[in-house]
Amino acid sequence: MSTTTLPTTGARVRLTAGAGVPVVETEGQLRSILASLSGVDAVGAEARAARLATRSIKRTTKRAALDLAISMVDLTTLEGADTPGRVSSLCAKAWRPDASDPSTPSAAAVCVYPDLVAHARERLAGSSVKVAAVATAFPSGRASLAVKLADVRDALDAGADEIDMVIDRGAFLSGRLGQVFDEVVAVKALCGDAHLKVILETGELVTYDNVRRASWLAMLGGADFIKTSTGKVGVSATPTVALVMLEAARDFAESTGRLVGVKVAGGIRRAKDALRYLVIVNETAGSAWLTPDLFRFGASSLLNDLLLQRLAQRRGVYVRPDEFSGD
Amino acid sequence: MSSRPLANSELGWLAYDPAPESSSLARLAPSYGLFIDGAFTDPGAHQQVPTVNPATEATLATVAHAAAADVDRAVRAARHAYDTVWSVTSGAERAKYLYRIARLIQERARELAVVETLDNGKPIRESRDVDIPLAAAHFFYYAGWADKLEHAGFGADPRPLGVAGQIIPWNFPLLMAAWKLAPALAAGNTCVLKPAETTPLSALILAEILQQAELPPGVVNIVTGDGATGAALVEHPGVDKIAFTGSTEVGRAIQARVAGRATHLTLELGGKGANIVFDDAPIDEMVEGIIDGIFFNQGHVCCAGSRLLVQETVADEVLRRLQRRVEQLRVGDPLDKNTDVGAINSRAQLARIEELVAAGEREGATRYSSSCALPEHGYWFAPTVFTDVSQSHRIAREEIFGPVLSVLTFRTPEEAVAKANNTTYGLACGVWSEKGSRTLWVAQRLRAGVIWANTYNRFDPTSPFGGVRESGFGREGGRPGLAAYLDV
Repeated sequence: MSTTTLPTTGARVRLTAGAGVPVVETEGQLRSILASLSGVDAVGAEARAARLATRSIKRTTKRAALDLAISMVDLTTLEGADTPGRVSSLCAKAWRPDASDPSTPSAAAVCVYPDLVAHARERLAGSSVKVAAVATAFPSGRASLAVKLADVRDALDAGADEIDMVIDRGAFLSGRLGQVFDEVVAVKALCGDAHLKVILETGELVTYDNVRRASWLAMLGGADFIKTSTGKVGVSATPTVALVMLEAARDFAESTGRLVGVKVAGGIRRAKDALRYLVIVNETAGSAWLTPDLFRFGASSLLNDLLLQRLAQRRGVYVRPDEFSGD
Repeated sequence: MSSRPLANSELGWLAYDPAPESSSLARLAPSYGLFIDGAFTDPGAHQQVPTVNPATEATLATVAHAAAADVDRAVRAARHAYDTVWSVTSGAERAKYLYRIARLIQERARELAVVETLDNGKPIRESRDVDIPLAAAHFFYYAGWADKLEHAGFGADPRPLGVAGQIIPWNFPLLMAAWKLAPALAAGNTCVLKPAETTPLSALILAEILQQAELPPGVVNIVTGDGATGAALVEHPGVDKIAFTGSTEVGRAIQARVAGRATHLTLELGGKGANIVFDDAPIDEMVEGIIDGIFFNQGHVCCAGSRLLVQETVADEVLRRLQRRVEQLRVGDPLDKNTDVGAINSRAQLARIEELVAAGEREGATRYSSSCALPEHGYWFAPTVFTDVSQSHRIAREEIFGPVLSVLTFRTPEEAVAKANNTTYGLACGVWSEKGSRTLWVAQRLRAGVIWANTYNRFDPTSPFGGVRESGFGREGGRPGLAAYLDV
């Protein structure tokens, strides 16, 4: 389902080439750009996110938003125990999330470890669903650049459309910003046309100031998406972190003309939460970001709740969760 | 790095389908009497005055206009209750009633929020999330003080004043009633409360709650009416204390009237608050703070940040972001849960706003108003920002009490302080900077009762609120709020 069916209160973003993305040649340049960013007041940012959570989404807006959310799901399985069978099932689910209703949009992508990319690719042949692979020594990012690049190359060779890389939080937190930046640049160079999502692991960055700086670092390095979390640490996506990242994406677009997407991942299980994220997207970056090209949910169980709510909107009653396949 | 500003018109926002709260939750009676000595008088016994919904101009109910004789009955009931019941009720017992009132406000929160929004025009989001919860919080907070007055720092056995006459404004009807009643009752006074002429309904629901709480008759009396009713209360010789929140003009008249009498007085009057923005402020939260400062409650806030003082180096950037945010505000049906800015409370207030905005344009300031569509009926004013404002303009000096922001610039902290203080008022200011030392330097030099740092329009029962200079005297909230109702 495309976002053009949603009524907007104004024109869509029509960005022509802006000032362009600044060329960063030295760590000093990178530092001065990141240092020029405004700080984030944690109390104010959290209050803003909490207030946006009180928006009431009803009727046609809700129906459209549920479909939009389904189309934004990166259906994810990242377990050591993953099997080709499980990935097959996930692919089928992503392609036709509700077998009983062909009008249900497909999910945006399936997200797997590199060794399962080829299998997923095969299962999704003929569909619009993309194959995303986590790479660069996911989830910790603690490996040499050579190993990380090999990991990425492996996933690309197997047919991945999208690469979800992790930044080296150890390097970022100890101030080796140039190293983190160079890794993003190197991975992006290797990706070519494949979409690069850069995972900031905001739960380990801790402060919103760090989230804002890491967002800019990744966008300057060529990220197509900035992503909150791996889902493998205690704190994953939060509404406030999404707010800060969307502000960064909006400001980056304003100053460079380049639109970078945002992906929230980890712990998002309820349709209600997904709709709240869409409200934050809408009222922070604007409706231009209300498309799977620029906003994604990294999730697994979220999809079934979206389907449940979608059906409830259509039938007027809730169905049993068992009406939908588990993944 | 260079930046290409994105025109506001290039951004779009998804519109939301209407999500209205049900007006039937209000359960209003067609007409109301006065609440005197624990009971409602017969509505038919008084001249009835309609109270309208400012968003539709439809009449919600009619309320009694209390004549001088009614005010006299109310004051005598309060005196009797003071002498026979309340002054001999222990602090712990008084606390029980206050806790009960607080809980009943919470229980009837949804109904009260709808009533407040219908009568005042404020968005349901604000009445639901701010007015009603804070009103309950004030009763909870002062309930805690009722049996601890000897530890409040006012001596071993501080005594109440007696009968308090309390006159409240229309901008936060129930909340202002709570600010007045809770400390007065905790301290052991009895009360005669006069709600504002255009917003009497939530106080009358509160009267029902006082009955439910079985508060002894006469401890709180509520007399509805206009300025004449208020004047009768102020002039009544049986009143020991007058607490007034409202305009500086009326406050001045009240002070003149109580002069030479043994009547205690606190006044919480107008303001022309300055929101001071330095170039290192956290920009996104600061823009939200400016929005909250002036468009919260349609700008019908005595402490509104109605003057924006912005450092010249970031003025263009701040204004561009501010304009984008203003354009995003949802103006319309106050009952819709997604409405950000509701209706102007009355035709008279709308006329006052329009007059001052016209004066701003005449005096050469540049006006920007949100392009939002306004409803056909009711009283509405689009969120408005004036730039190119100078200190001498009326819009920089007079309280507009509406959704109108005047923007001025400064270059140094000294200049910011001088401009902020160049007003006859002194209620509230905001300072926005990530540099703590500068925030403190500025805050120490501002002449205002309330200074917010990196936030605006935040209220809490534990925090005293009140002004200096023409913004009045006396504090409401916190421990100092007790002093207004104790013989100290």
